[in-house]
Amino acid sequence: MNVLTAKYVSSEDTLTVILNGEIDHHSAQSIREEIDRQIYAHRAKTVYLDLKNVGFMDSSGLGLILGRYTHTKEAGGVLKILNPGASAQRVMKLAGTDKIIPIEWD
Amino acid sequence: MKKKIVNETEFSFPAKSVNESFARYAVSSFCAQLDPTIEELSDIRTAVSEAVTNAIVHGYRDTGEGRVYIKVRILEERTLVIIVKDTGCGIADITLAMTPLYTGDPSGERGGMGFSIMESFTDDLKVRSSVGHGTTVTMIKRLSKL
Repeated sequence: MNVLTAKYVSSEDTLTVILNGEIDHHSAQSIREEIDRQIYAHRAKTVYLDLKNVGFMDSSGLGLILGRYTHTKEAGGVLKILNPGASAQRVMKLAGTDKIIPIEWD
Repeated sequence: MKKKIVNETEFSFPAKSVNESFARYAVSSFCAQLDPTIEELSDIRTAVSEAVTNAIVHGYRDTGEGRVYIKVRILEERTLVIIVKDTGCGIADITLAMTPLYTGDPSGERGGMGFSIMESFTDDLKVRSSVGHGTTVTMIKRLSKL
């Protein structure tokens, strides 16, 4: 049930990480290194974490977002969140990450 | 006056992270008999996921050893009591552990928001802990009237 996968779409300046599944402590730990490898390989100006296919996210999702925010910054880019669902939005709002990490919809 | 128990269930499972999703879906499936709103169900899932993750990651230090015990009670007036218990290492300073953004995980990959989420997504949260004996988290959620 808590399988989390990622698809990567890159263009000249952007890397979009499309997450699919549920983000909890179990699923987050299996995917964070894979995402980091892509962030450092592409060194895109903007990295989008697309959450449109994420049906559930707890505070481990916050950890996943904040960790990728740090790594993207280190790689010279900016992290943005795309299409968060209601559950992700509530958790991000509670932690205040919506104030430091821009949210966009497409 | 103490509310009567209408229904209850309890189960336990090994403290393996793969069981986090099982735990939150088992609890939300049991609560579904009260016909909660989608948002209430989502609150329950999230709060249970946080409590179970804390038990696995902090109570048992992510070793996969030990068991997590869950009890869910449905009381009168659409009141849910969810108890998540571990017999792990316990919390030395509960006030510090419950401080928003505090994390006992040095990797920085956990948000330090577990207790804040449990507190905010339920109506009442109580944490009892004893170092070397374990932690019991009791959450109360009052569902809206039908």
